[in-house]
Amino acid sequence: MSIEIFIQQLLNGISLGSLYSLIAIGYTMVYGILALINFAHGDIFMIGAYIAFFAVAIYALPWWLAAILTIILTACVGMLIERVAYRPLRDEPRISLLITAVGVAFFIENLAIVTLGARPKGFPVPAMMATNFDIYGFRISGVSIWVPILTICLLAGLLYIIYRTKIGMAMRAVAKDIEATRLMGVNVDRVIMYTFAIGSGLAAAGGMMWASKYPQIQPLMGMYPGWKAFTAAVVGGIGNITGAMIGGLIIGVVEIMTVAFFPTLSGFRDAFVFAILIIFLLVKPTGLMGEPLKEKV
Amino acid sequence: MLKVDNLHVYYGGIHALKGISLKVDRGDFVSLVGANGAGKSTTLRTIVGLVKAKEGRVEFEGEDITNKPTHEIVSRGVLLTPEGRRIFPNLTVRENLMLGAYIRKDKADIAADLEKVYDLFPRLKERQNQKGGTLSGGEQQMLAIGRALMGRPKLLALDEPSLGLAPLLVKEVFEVLKEINERDGTTILLVEQNAYAALKLAKQAYVLETGRIVLEGTGEELLVNPQVRQAYLGVSS
Repeated sequence: MSIEIFIQQLLNGISLGSLYSLIAIGYTMVYGILALINFAHGDIFMIGAYIAFFAVAIYALPWWLAAILTIILTACVGMLIERVAYRPLRDEPRISLLITAVGVAFFIENLAIVTLGARPKGFPVPAMMATNFDIYGFRISGVSIWVPILTICLLAGLLYIIYRTKIGMAMRAVAKDIEATRLMGVNVDRVIMYTFAIGSGLAAAGGMMWASKYPQIQPLMGMYPGWKAFTAAVVGGIGNITGAMIGGLIIGVVEIMTVAFFPTLSGFRDAFVFAILIIFLLVKPTGLMGEPLKEKV
Repeated sequence: MLKVDNLHVYYGGIHALKGISLKVDRGDFVSLVGANGAGKSTTLRTIVGLVKAKEGRVEFEGEDITNKPTHEIVSRGVLLTPEGRRIFPNLTVRENLMLGAYIRKDKADIAADLEKVYDLFPRLKERQNQKGGTLSGGEQQMLAIGRALMGRPKLLALDEPSLGLAPLLVKEVFEVLKEINERDGTTILLVEQNAYAALKLAKQAYVLETGRIVLEGTGEELLVNPQVRQAYLGVSS
């Protein structure tokens, strides 16, 4: 393999990994607070891509406006799901919540098939993403450059919220001890709602960038990216935000590199990712950055 | 200030509180003593809305707060330091304290109160950038009390603040409570298994047994009450 192809593939892996990171954060934040795997999260990512599609292709909004609108509307969808499907079950056994999450995922997927049609739609890729770069003779696609940059900006914003604002402090507190956080006068329901909003907003950003990278969208497009991002969250240590970022990058790079180095095995690219999930669950279930599980006293 | 009237609480089929009535006046220091499982913690938890009452009424400053959401009750000025301290181990000491002031908006006053808490507990200032989980048990109890003070409580309820602390620290905790009550005029409702200390500090005290109040009086009265001495102070008469 030439160095040029290697670098192209590495950037490709990093940009794919950035997208997994963005989605993985939604899984990990919700898990950190509610101990719930939000199986519908991949479908929220799909909703983001569709909202952007309608905003740009149908309503002809400029991209910057469409992107902001998409993030806001998708965040609202996330809050709605939490309010309608998860909040009423909050004091029920975890397993009820988990089954509900699977149900919500199927509901969204099938609702999308019925209302939007199963046929893939061509995504209106923003010009910025479609422009290729020539750097010292290396040809690099715009997506490979912009996706990691935008992801870094979003993640910096996220870390700012989590570690520097009052609501972020409340989120970290809720993740450790919901009842004690209530005793601080924090409206915990609201904090949980914002958590869903942030996770869904990031998934929407991921959805738009994913659709710029692979410019066809369809109602089931969220399934595989969702599961792989979930794998990334587990690899990084579920509940840990930095872990989700690192896990996403690892999964993205591994996936692309297996295809690049072993082209004959490219049909197994998804299998490789899920093999990583199985290995981690067997060998290091707490992930790279997760805390060791403690018995609750 | 706080009036609890005929409170009934059930945990599933278990009748945990069977008609608790008590009263806390402004500036008062009230202790609830009793054996394990008597319902002391449940009483506090019901007052702040963590546990729902089936029957009865909780009134704070003349307003009904029965079964209101906890964050609403807290913003009225009723703060509970829960059993086992429950500080946030993943937040720094300073963040723990700032979270205690979550309901407040007055930035300058919050900063001033932070200094006051640091004056009260200099150890917390030394460790302000350390994670709460790295503190010793005694320091965590100081942090839990400081955190509650940051919310400017009108009524400070404490659940077993001496639990698991070395005798010297227990003494320190009770001295701090006395100071908060006498100097700052903060009303205190204390739940303690350490009946001697709790009664000694209390102006008014109640004895709970299996979900009922069986005795009440001033702290001094109960300290010399033969029943109390035998059952809770380990003195045979």
